[in-house]
Amino acid sequence: MMLLPCPWCGPRNATEFRFVGEAGPRPDPATVTPEQWRHYLYVHANRCGWSTETWYHRAGCRRYLSVERHTLTHEIRTVRDTATGTTSASTATPEAAR
Amino acid sequence: MTSTNGNGHRPGRLRGYSAWSLLRHGLAREEWPRAWHERELRPSYDAVIIGGGVHGLATAYYLARDHGMRDVAVLDRAYIGSGGSGRNTAILRSNYLTPEGVRFYDRSVKLYEHLAADLNFNVMFSQRGHLTLAHNDASLRTMHWRTEVNKLQGVDSEVIGPDRIKELVPYLDTSEDTRYPILGALYHPPGGIVRHDAVVWGYARGADAHGVHIHQQTEVTGIDVERGRVTGVQTTRGRIATPVVLNATAGWASLISDMAGVAMPVQTSPLQAAVTEPVRPFLDTVVVSGTLHVYVSQTDRGELVFGASVDPFASYSMRGSLEFSEGIAGHVLELMPALHRMRLLRQWAGLCDMTPDYSPIMGPTPVEGFYVDVGWGTYGFKAGPVSGEAMAACLAHGKPPEIIAAFGLDRFGDGRLVGEKGAAAVGH
Repeated sequence: MMLLPCPWCGPRNATEFRFVGEAGPRPDPATVTPEQWRHYLYVHANRCGWSTETWYHRAGCRRYLSVERHTLTHEIRTVRDTATGTTSASTATPEAAR
Repeated sequence: MTSTNGNGHRPGRLRGYSAWSLLRHGLAREEWPRAWHERELRPSYDAVIIGGGVHGLATAYYLARDHGMRDVAVLDRAYIGSGGSGRNTAILRSNYLTPEGVRFYDRSVKLYEHLAADLNFNVMFSQRGHLTLAHNDASLRTMHWRTEVNKLQGVDSEVIGPDRIKELVPYLDTSEDTRYPILGALYHPPGGIVRHDAVVWGYARGADAHGVHIHQQTEVTGIDVERGRVTGVQTTRGRIATPVVLNATAGWASLISDMAGVAMPVQTSPLQAAVTEPVRPFLDTVVVSGTLHVYVSQTDRGELVFGASVDPFASYSMRGSLEFSEGIAGHVLELMPALHRMRLLRQWAGLCDMTPDYSPIMGPTPVEGFYVDVGWGTYGFKAGPVSGEAMAACLAHGKPPEIIAAFGLDRFGDGRLVGEKGAAAVGH
């Protein structure tokens, strides 16, 4: 089990959330070439280590969150609401699965 | 090139295991010869294959056997078959959705049919039939579509109704008052299960017999690229000079490709599986349900093997989770309520490099001499032989053969995806 500390709802089981994917800047649709757009859609850094991701709390506050998570140990460093910038009070996840 | 019949089977060459040798060794109490050997790591090879799973070892085997390239090293950071090749649920089938996919996986099943004779190693391929259940109209429609594509490519598939399903799998709950009633199934008689460790060891033994070096516990830490060309790899045991490198590392594909500066359109997620205590044989087909995210088969030892879909987030962790075992137990019981007293023996996870279109990424990259055979997601094991055969041709000639032409890395930039999600997701 992986606990995600939601800034609004507190520590919750990761199954309450939908993993959206790695967070990155979206290119401007007006000026982007098809190749650049496909690169944005398909290519991921896919790091084994710390990664900044977007998660959606679908069974909770229904907010989009920016989560800094270690993809090998599942430790979580920061969780921030992408719209308001509100961060979790506690980012410690003692029960995080390794 | 050597002569083969249409199915790639060429008798002879690899010998050593037979009923006669078993009798002789049994009576004489002789030691069996090693299946393959630890060799000295050379400072240079004609080709280096990263990843000692079924894909890497099969590529090395066909390179040596069919193309005369014997100065080849296969590197694995742990031991052979320790990644996805030893963690999959060993299901083989070719009832895919796109013509490219069906042709490709059908070639693999054909190679598997003759693999035991070819490698002189019993891989125990049991073509027991494969059922993909439909619980709603949309699934049933896709199955009719798949059937027609399969038939056009000469692959044996048909849609069957609940009565026929009940005959094939009496323990399946085909009644109409279940939560997800079974409306029909895609029946694929050539599908079945294989002994995955034997496939890995058979290829390792075959490659070794042809002069290939297999180096375990040799981790690649860097790839040397000069002026757009590969010149060697850095490993934990020193540098190896080579003009040709193949990345066959599945779940770790991005990490290796990054070393050569090639970005990969993959995301790594764990796929979990579990096995029960052994019971008497009662299930002689492979049963898959996409709606319930589960597939079930019974091994020759009697254990039931359960698999699911990938975990719903990116991760390199291979720990099992309670959510998985709870979920799979519930779904299996919906299909076969009679199993309610079966006990799980163990569960495990393997890493899957998922691509956006559920098709693999095979062939050359913008870096000359750096090839990939990755993006194997949840369907890599069944494609081992054909991937080895095709990648060997690709490495030997520098360009991909026709059978994998559709799976190039450039398809993502060009927008020519090979959408297999309808047939590759869950249904293994």
